[in-house]
Amino acid sequence: MADPNETTGTTRRRFLVGAAGLAAGSVADARAESAKNLPPNVPDWTRQPGEGVGLRPYGNPSKYEKDVVRRTVPWLTATPESSVSFTPLHQLDGIITPNGLCFERHHGGIAEIDPADCRLMLHGLVDRPLVFTLNELKRLPRVNKIYFLECAANSGMEWRGAQLNGCQYTHGMVHCVEYTGVLLKVLLEQAGLKPSAKWIMAEGADAAAMNRSIPLSKALDDCIVAYRMNGEMLRPEQGYPVRLVVPGWEGNVWVKWLRRLKIGDQPWFTREETSKYTDLLESGKARKFTFVMDAKSVITSPSPQAPVKQKGFNVISGLAWSGRGKIRRVDVSLDGGRNWRTARIDGLVLEKACVRFYYEFDWNGEELLLQSRAMDETGYVQPSKDALRKIRGVNSIYHNNGIQTWAIKPDGEVENVEVG
Amino acid sequence: MSKSAEIALGAALVAAFATSTMAQSKKESPRNYGIGHVATAEQMAGWDIDVRSDGQGAPAGSGSVKAGEKVYMDKCAACHGEFGESAGRWPQLAQGRGTLKSHDPVKTVGSYFPYLSSVFDYIRRSMPFGDAQSLGNDELYAVTAYVLYLNDVVDEKFVLSKETWGKVAMPNAAGFFDDDRETAEKAFWNSSPCMKDCRGPVRITGRAGAVDVTPDEATKRGVE
Repeated sequence: MADPNETTGTTRRRFLVGAAGLAAGSVADARAESAKNLPPNVPDWTRQPGEGVGLRPYGNPSKYEKDVVRRTVPWLTATPESSVSFTPLHQLDGIITPNGLCFERHHGGIAEIDPADCRLMLHGLVDRPLVFTLNELKRLPRVNKIYFLECAANSGMEWRGAQLNGCQYTHGMVHCVEYTGVLLKVLLEQAGLKPSAKWIMAEGADAAAMNRSIPLSKALDDCIVAYRMNGEMLRPEQGYPVRLVVPGWEGNVWVKWLRRLKIGDQPWFTREETSKYTDLLESGKARKFTFVMDAKSVITSPSPQAPVKQKGFNVISGLAWSGRGKIRRVDVSLDGGRNWRTARIDGLVLEKACVRFYYEFDWNGEELLLQSRAMDETGYVQPSKDALRKIRGVNSIYHNNGIQTWAIKPDGEVENVEVG
Repeated sequence: MSKSAEIALGAALVAAFATSTMAQSKKESPRNYGIGHVATAEQMAGWDIDVRSDGQGAPAGSGSVKAGEKVYMDKCAACHGEFGESAGRWPQLAQGRGTLKSHDPVKTVGSYFPYLSSVFDYIRRSMPFGDAQSLGNDELYAVTAYVLYLNDVVDEKFVLSKETWGKVAMPNAAGFFDDDRETAEKAFWNSSPCMKDCRGPVRITGRAGAVDVTPDEATKRGVE
């Protein structure tokens, strides 16, 4: 196992690998242990009381976990106001993403909306155009649902080959949280739909005034106008105080800082659903309204930012999700997709939510090519990148759900690789 | 069973059926909770800014290519370039025709946007970046006309308005089709995917480490 601190006097590439190694797991992992705190000695924290209550009115993670943060790829975008930060998937487990670690994608920065001035307008092909305050939205019947949200551009940098060395960067535009809110159907019923209603347009109050068209059938099915995530009010980065939840569909339609829903009889063909979020194929023609997120999975650990630390018994941990329903099964390969074994799913298996899978194995220092393959309840099987490229070419940008390969090297370091 | 018992049972069934139908119809007619306020015409006028591909929602006003050149140079060129070629990583607005099949497709208003509204609605709601929704309607028409001109979609004499909306023919209008994954990618549905000896020898064909574009730890935000 390479010394994670050995980063000096080497090439840049070597440095990056070393830095990634250093970032593995948490600062705690990289810190040297201190004999005075280990048995038979009794550490200070056992002798003296610590801080009392009330000093941390909104608690934060331990100071030893301060590298568990969202990260950016600065060269990706022109400005941080219209950019993305990535969920540190390699440092998380279970299926719920902590609110402060949910990836961000803004098109005009974070709108800081005073909840007293929050208004949601419903109009267009309705009997009664309505405006709701936040408190009025909260007075309506509530639902609680756990859903994944994946940006359509997640893994978008990886179409032509292995590019970014970390599952945070290759797959970190996904999160999974519990939402509380009112079913969109209930809101639409309050306004009363005209018979000609077929589409709705959702619009944000942010400086991008993001707008997307959504078929009415989806709006009446399972969409939520949400104001809470994981129990607390939405974070500003996630659309505080009100966002749209569109289960299983690409993140761009989950309009944040929601201010308006207009009901119409055809789609709007907004910039975001034409020049962006359409999937250009090799023919030069593009698919439009590719809303559903295909089944996908990724091994979150080990991964380039979370190398293998010990030989012997090891746990492979990963996430899988499908926009079409429940995950039925996840398979893992140690040899680049030649042979597969079924992984163990542990925890909740819910519709359009992440599942956590594990595969336990003994590692003796041999090189491995790790892959995972998700299947959903419709029988869809996550394809290889080659199979996907054969149909879609390499210009799609969006909806890359191909199988990811991580190469484990004899020293335990992990690299994002392409296999052929 | 006696005749009278049969009748009684029948009556009970009818009653039960009637009750369940009532319960169901009660469930089906949505409840109005009396929550929320009627949106006034004045409220809607300020927020109702969307414009559809058929021009529905386009405001009154007009703007020429010539007038648009000034707006563009003042408010757009710094990021998008004098000719729409883009400065830095900001979106390129012009050129790129004929590149969509190549391995370096350039998606611009002229090469990719299917509708005039896709440009107009976007400028109206979110441009100029940093001062969104600040353009007057005439400026909005003018600057859109100029962007179309940069793409050779209209000539230098063109004046854009609600009336001339339908005259704009976007070059890539036929470039899109509805999501067909469930048929075109039907092969991805497979109830028993291969588990053993599924492929020949596996070879590493590319490495992220060699590409070397991953940010190092110094670039992370949110710490310190």
